[in-house]
Amino acid sequence: MTITETHALAPTWVDVCPFDWLISGRGVCALVGGRQVAVFRVDDELFALSNFDPFSQSFVLSRGIAGSRGDRLKVASPIFKQSFDLHTGACLDDATVSVATYAARVSDGQVQVACP
Amino acid sequence: MSGRRRTLVVAGNGMVGHRLLETLVERGATAEWDIVTFCEEPRVAYDRVALSSLFAGASPEDLELVRPGFFEQVGLSVHVGDAVTTLDRERGCVVSQRGVRVDYDAVVLATGSVPFVPPVPGRDARGCFVYRTVDDLEAIRDFATATGCRVGAVVGGGLLGLEAANALKSLGLETHVVEFAPRLMPAQIDDRGSAALRSRVEELGVVVHTGTATSEIVRGSDGRVKGMRFTAASPQGAAPEDLSVDLVVFSAGIRPRDDLARSAGLAMGERGGVVVDEACRTSDPAVYAIGECALAVGRLWGLVAPGYQMAAVVADRILGGDRSFTGSDLSTKLKLMGVDVASFGDAFGTTPGAEAITFDDPVTKVYKRVVVGPAPAAADGRTSGRTSGRTSGTTSVRPVLGGILVGDATMYDTLVQMSRGAMPTPERLELLIFPARTTGEGAGAGLGVGALAGNALICSCNTVTKEQICAAVADGCTDVAGVKACTRAGTGCGGCIPLVSGLVRHELLAAGVEVRNDLCEHFAFSRQELFDIVRAQRIGSFSELLSAHGRGRGCEICKPAVASMLATLGDAYILDGEQASLQDTNDHFLANLQRDGTYSVVPRVPGGEITPDQLIAIGHVAKDFGLYTKITGGQRIDLFGARVDQLPHIWQRLVDAGMESGHAYGKALRTVKSCVGRNWCRFGVQDSTALAIDLELRYRGLRSPHKVKAAVSGCSRECAEAQSKDFGVIATEQGWNLYVCGNGGLKPQHGVLLASDIDRETVIRYLDRFLMFYIRTADRLERTATWLNKLDGGLDYLRRVVVDDCLGLCAEFEVDMARHVAGYRCEWKATIEDPERMARFRTFVNSDRTDDNVVFVTERGQPRPAYAHEKPDPALLALGGTP
Ligand SMILES: Cc1cc2nc3c(=O)[nH]c(=O)nc-3n(C[C@H](O)[C@H](O)[C@H](O)COP(=O)(O)OP(=O)(O)OC[C@H]3O[C@@H](n4cnc5c(N)ncnc54)[C@H](O)[C@@H]3O)c2cc1C
Ligand code: SF4
Repeated sequence: MTITETHALAPTWVDVCPFDWLISGRGVCALVGGRQVAVFRVDDELFALSNFDPFSQSFVLSRGIAGSRGDRLKVASPIFKQSFDLHTGACLDDATVSVATYAARVSDGQVQVACP
Repeated sequence: MSGRRRTLVVAGNGMVGHRLLETLVERGATAEWDIVTFCEEPRVAYDRVALSSLFAGASPEDLELVRPGFFEQVGLSVHVGDAVTTLDRERGCVVSQRGVRVDYDAVVLATGSVPFVPPVPGRDARGCFVYRTVDDLEAIRDFATATGCRVGAVVGGGLLGLEAANALKSLGLETHVVEFAPRLMPAQIDDRGSAALRSRVEELGVVVHTGTATSEIVRGSDGRVKGMRFTAASPQGAAPEDLSVDLVVFSAGIRPRDDLARSAGLAMGERGGVVVDEACRTSDPAVYAIGECALAVGRLWGLVAPGYQMAAVVADRILGGDRSFTGSDLSTKLKLMGVDVASFGDAFGTTPGAEAITFDDPVTKVYKRVVVGPAPAAADGRTSGRTSGRTSGTTSVRPVLGGILVGDATMYDTLVQMSRGAMPTPERLELLIFPARTTGEGAGAGLGVGALAGNALICSCNTVTKEQICAAVADGCTDVAGVKACTRAGTGCGGCIPLVSGLVRHELLAAGVEVRNDLCEHFAFSRQELFDIVRAQRIGSFSELLSAHGRGRGCEICKPAVASMLATLGDAYILDGEQASLQDTNDHFLANLQRDGTYSVVPRVPGGEITPDQLIAIGHVAKDFGLYTKITGGQRIDLFGARVDQLPHIWQRLVDAGMESGHAYGKALRTVKSCVGRNWCRFGVQDSTALAIDLELRYRGLRSPHKVKAAVSGCSRECAEAQSKDFGVIATEQGWNLYVCGNGGLKPQHGVLLASDIDRETVIRYLDRFLMFYIRTADRLERTATWLNKLDGGLDYLRRVVVDDCLGLCAEFEVDMARHVAGYRCEWKATIEDPERMARFRTFVNSDRTDDNVVFVTERGQPRPAYAHEKPDPALLALGGTP
């Protein structure tokens, strides 16, 4: 590995796919700076969190079903069905567990995720 | 406390040793301690109690007790396949077989037991086994199958001996049990209980020899077991005849694994076992012993629950606490070869003044014995002054002390609670044996969960009381799963789950919580109610249903459930439009998600009939894509290890070879299995294969509340096992018999006969109606067997609906089914024909790279997903994958 840039001031935004391509309630997986990021669309909102499911230790969260619990938006892991808050990455079934979240935006119709 | 990290060595990663590790980690001990575990067996801890399930279809992986990633945590390490051989107390170190040396601050011995093999000549012949570890069981199975054994014998008729006998039966051997004592399970049950058990066991075809001592194992010239010789256990008995056998399992008790402690000079019990005090500390304060190797409170404890209690005590002591082990309850309830057997408290009535009430029914072979103590003398002064001629209401109640139950253990939980004093004993003692079914005198006298005292022990494996469970419910747990997660109750042997579930329901009702059958938080309707709404109001999408009848945004429960209803009632491709967002990942990718995130693919093989060309095509596909192949129970071939991006290419090849989706991923019809029937079999009376193919093609793709499995047999010999299926058809001379609502799986249940000697058209008509009735009225994830058990009116009612059309709905059912049949399309084909749909099958939307966290290793010549310890550090992986 070669380190090219160590401290960029603004995040680098990585293209994911056209916004129209996303289906509300479903996710896709993007590679962002070598990391697997699960990107979800719920109605017109965008979310990005780690694709890693700590319970099954596999990279699958993008393949879960998004929905709500109470007034929190969440996605359920397709393996053992634990739910994660789409805003914060916190697991709703086990307070000691959470996954990373990333900034996401739409720019010129393209979904982009910030590369940390 | 000094900042130095300390080292704890744990010898043994069995059930108890592992529980200790879990408790230490949970309580944060790894902040101060490095914990080094030596695990002699080639695999880390597994559920030994469930060992016999290996002969009932479970795999060693199903028994694993170690969470993935557990040993990767900071402060933990494990040496698998390496035993501690020296405990050098002077130098304060242990040395292992492979030469690993660890300096310790404390040691815990959790080395368990070994089976005792009586010193009879020939006991080391090939074909002699013990029954303790996964390796033992695999060796038994391999030997029996490789050498074509016919007859097997178990030496020892105790609990484990009978389990071993059951295992031999399941391998298809003629099975003998040889017991020295005059009866089976001499330690737990009395003569009459034993007699009831014996006749039940014999009904299953096991030959029982009691009062018989094995004197020699006869060896053939090839070194293999050939036979057994016996002597009578008592001088009066006649000498039993020799027996020809091919395989012998010794199960004549266990002995503590105390060799390590002995050579280290620790204090030992007279008959073995490492002596420990109430802190579970040995004669060396830096060394603890727990589980089956420990001699605690003056005895050995051969069950897992006391071992778990010792583990909790040691974890507490290591962290500076003062918990003590002061003994444990040895009550046991088990199912041996399908027979309930329970023994608890003072089962034999050795307490002075004890008397027993017994019930012994030689016809049903049920035996119950409840031991009661003398009435407490004049406890409240009333016993001396009888006020009327009747004793009722005047004598004090006699306490339950213990008991034995064989053949029917439904009263076990209640009786154990009474014997612990946690529940009042009824005055009419016969109620102990015949619980009153309706209200009436004595009925309320403490036979329900409500009558349990707060400190009543519900889960003895994990020491969870009624109070703790009630507190969990008060804190918001509303089901057994929740209570399990927050109290651990029911996570040991699982025997207390009915009690836990009863308690949860009782507490919810008492709290005024209506126990409803709502699908989830987004819909205040049961699945059946929702189905009726969708159908009656011709609702065409989830969002329409949600805005009209629900709230919130939906979830992983209601979305797939509604998608399934829409699929049953409509005929659209299941990934069209909004439907795509509702499906579980399996339905979304039309394949089965496996634990590592890859998928498996199953092409349909109707009726299990497959051409050589199709077999070759499947073989080529598996080879070209590097897939693991396995024959399924439903007579088809499962291909494992496909990445998302490979799926459409695999389907293309299978479709080109004339195959289609097998819907193994859906809650849908899976297979209609069949035997070859009349075309080949000399017994067959009808063409079972042809009917199976027709039925499979008719109902393929039919979405339902749960998977549906079916079979057709060509005669009453029933080689296709149709009676264990959701629907099953068996040929008769006159036509076909139709069975429904059978179930294998978790809770096997035989199908019931819905109609006999009917013709082909009638079979199909009844099945159309039956399936649609089930799909409309069952709960989510409810198999047909459970559905029938809950159906008011049971089989009679089902027959009136399906055969006599008492609801007048049959025409509707048939129309719905006709629409399904006409609208069927192969979902794989529909996907590969459409470039836009194909585009969804990518691992990464913005890159063509593949997922390099999916790692395979080769086992038995095929790939399988790597386990955590075979992969790079998961902490690194979590960061995002590629280094
Ligand atoms: C078929 C079967 C059915 C059973 N059913 C029940 C039941 O229904 N209910 C019940 O309560 N109990 C049941 N038991 C008993 C139960 O399994 C034991 O009580 C329990 O496993 C004891 O746990 P342990 O950790 O003390 O010993 P074990 O589970 O035997 O673990 C000890 C481990 O330590 C290892 N070891 C030994 N010496 C060393 C060393 N020097 N260095 C490193 N490792 C070492 C051994 O190889 C072993 O893996 C059953 C047992 C069997 C075999
Ligand atoms: S069920 Fe009857 S017809 Fe079918 S294979 Fe068995 S014996 Fe032959």
